[in-house]
Amino acid sequence: MATIEGLDRMLAGHPFFEDMSERARGLIAGCAANRVFHRGEHLLREGDPADVFYLLRHGSVAIELHAPGRSALVLETLRDGEVIGWSWLVPPYRTQFDARAIGLVRALSINGSCLRDKCAEDSSLGYEFLSRFARLMAERLTATRLQLLDLYGHPSDYAARPAERPLEAPTSPAKPGPSGP
Amino acid sequence: MPSVPHTLPWGHAIADPMTPARYRVDSIRSELTGVFTLGLSPLDEPCGIGFAPGKFSMLYQFGVGEVPISVSGDPDRPEQLLHTIRAVGSVTNALQRLSPGGMLGVRGPFGTSWPTTPAEGADLVILAGGIGLAPLRPLIYRVLANRSRYGAVCIFYGARTPDDILYRDELEQWRGRFDMTVEVTVDRAGPDWMGRVGVVTKLLSAKGFSPPDTIACLCDP
Amino acid sequence: MSTTLSISIHELHALLDALVDQGYQPLGPRVERGAIVYDTITSADDLPVGYQDEQAGGHYRLVQADPASPESKTLFRSVVGPHSWKRFLFPPRQQLWQAHRTEAGFTLEPEVQDPARYAFFGVRACELAAIAIQDRVFLRGDFADSGYRSRREQALVVAVNCTRPAGNCFCASMQTGPRVQAGFDLCLTELLDDDGNRFLVEVGSERGRTLMRPVSRTPATPQELEHGREALEEAACNMGRQMPPDAAGILRRNQEHPRWLEVADRCLSCANCTMVCPTCFCSTVEDFTTLDGSEAGRRRQWDSCFTLDFSYVYGGPVRRATAARYRQWISHKLAHWHDQFGTSGCTGCGRCITWCPVGIDITEEVAAIRYSEGAAWVGGGA
Repeated sequence: MATIEGLDRMLAGHPFFEDMSERARGLIAGCAANRVFHRGEHLLREGDPADVFYLLRHGSVAIELHAPGRSALVLETLRDGEVIGWSWLVPPYRTQFDARAIGLVRALSINGSCLRDKCAEDSSLGYEFLSRFARLMAERLTATRLQLLDLYGHPSDYAARPAERPLEAPTSPAKPGPSGP
Repeated sequence: MPSVPHTLPWGHAIADPMTPARYRVDSIRSELTGVFTLGLSPLDEPCGIGFAPGKFSMLYQFGVGEVPISVSGDPDRPEQLLHTIRAVGSVTNALQRLSPGGMLGVRGPFGTSWPTTPAEGADLVILAGGIGLAPLRPLIYRVLANRSRYGAVCIFYGARTPDDILYRDELEQWRGRFDMTVEVTVDRAGPDWMGRVGVVTKLLSAKGFSPPDTIACLCDP
Repeated sequence: MSTTLSISIHELHALLDALVDQGYQPLGPRVERGAIVYDTITSADDLPVGYQDEQAGGHYRLVQADPASPESKTLFRSVVGPHSWKRFLFPPRQQLWQAHRTEAGFTLEPEVQDPARYAFFGVRACELAAIAIQDRVFLRGDFADSGYRSRREQALVVAVNCTRPAGNCFCASMQTGPRVQAGFDLCLTELLDDDGNRFLVEVGSERGRTLMRPVSRTPATPQELEHGREALEEAACNMGRQMPPDAAGILRRNQEHPRWLEVADRCLSCANCTMVCPTCFCSTVEDFTTLDGSEAGRRRQWDSCFTLDFSYVYGGPVRRATAARYRQWISHKLAHWHDQFGTSGCTGCGRCITWCPVGIDITEEVAAIRYSEGAAWVGGGA
């Protein structure tokens, strides 16, 4: 692949990649290509082999899920500077959601399958990628869980029944000890 | 015993705190499904209750009961007392059935208020979820009326879906100003929504304020 | 003016008559259904002559002295019963306003209060301290209770020094008694000897002085004063219980202590303690309407943090577990009250111990937690 001008500088300054080793950043730069997506086009599709991930340079991308008979559910929108796609690092290496361009999107696509092979050979390299993407997945998971908590909803939909929570007081064992001195 | 006015620190007197004053409904505005704003004016007293942003009133519906509702209007225009209410129980459902000219009882204002004076000179972040924007709206009005006293001003608002965005027209208006940051996100949306989707706290990573110099005012749904 | 006077039982009768003559409504201790309660008294004959109380955890009995003994003439040998003076200053139930439906909506009138001029007769030191504590609750700040203020300003206080503490008393360790220090119009100390009883009278105000004018009296003799001093000292040394020092600190440090679960096994959350406590001030309001919907009104009545609904906010009660509610009550009373009002909320009267059906002892609970912190437990307690 042709090297992209200014790519090394960009990666070195990007929060996600900046404290990776130069070797790792060099590899990424070597596997990167500029891509443009128009509105409605998909960067990733659920079920496809996950061989690529993206660094969003400009635009907004909707992370979506589909179920038959329903309109698509947008779970999160990602913007300039964010990383899209972690399925390339985790077996079965299949994309778990759709990523759709909301408007014009310019993104850096990075060849995940090539990086994957390199990580298999060199475990320290593998650790660098895995630890960063694990953090990303954790952030996305936590945010999704908060959304699931549905704090905007009606409390009566989620009211705890008394029998479910007998005691809020300290979690020490309920056995009574000696009653005082 | 005649009502004894109590003078409060910012100089507005309130009537006897235990006895409701009679107010008339001037306007009812439907905001969202199940959410409405009542505009009230006093029947017996010549002037309205002054209130500091963040205070609440006890609204009484004859024969049904009384609930605490934050004042959601402009503190510098106390002649129109606004309350944004979500109908969830017997009293709020009864309030929803009021029509212009109807009567209710009002006690207050009670509670503490947003730190409008201590926040002067600082950056201000206003973070709200769902109907939580209602108690913060008086603060936003006060800040915008005195814009030069504050540093950077950011409003970060989250709602469940695009149909649940409260005061949408005002948010869009505020967003159009050059002297503040307004970002809105929803928890879930269909494919027609072109705005942000994601948890509201993610908006805090937007640049626009200096954390060590910032006062944050929050209200959740 | 600080000369202590001395009067006989006959003059005490005259004092009570003077109260009535001057338009006061005297309220004092009387025996009713086996307990000493505060109610209207018309003369000294209504007082609990010759009675003495036995108090322990969850236990209260009145015992009458042998008619042949000098004790059979005493008026004040028993201490506090289930009532406290808060029931007069802060009534258990009070209508706030009334409303009537009209064509246009409704009309609303606040309840007009016509405060009686109470004379509280027989107020103990712990009770004076409790009244002072409730003054801070109801009279300070922007929302002072106007009804409380007018009843309080009009009320005349005839205090009594306790010469005999009951089994659950711990006013000495709470520094609220047994000696009455201030806040009274008159203060009596009953002196008992083989010939019968006499009363020392300290005058604490202009009103008190005016009251004593028609009553014949003599200055107290040095022997009488000494007798009174000794009786009070003895009372201070014979307290039934003791609150460990720094109860506030002990409770603040131990909000997650396993002792709360242990108390919860015993506590019925019946709210008796809050009803008899002279400083508890929580209330609720209740709206009511007539069946035809033409009239509505609101009442204020005593409430208790021990009820499940007390901590209800939108979504449910905050304190579902009994352990959480007991912990809240004791921590508020002994620790957080300091932050709110600048003093402890407890005066050491012991009522909560006496009237608890299972005899939970507030001093013992604090001591148990203190013990588990490793401090040597300072002795005391029945």
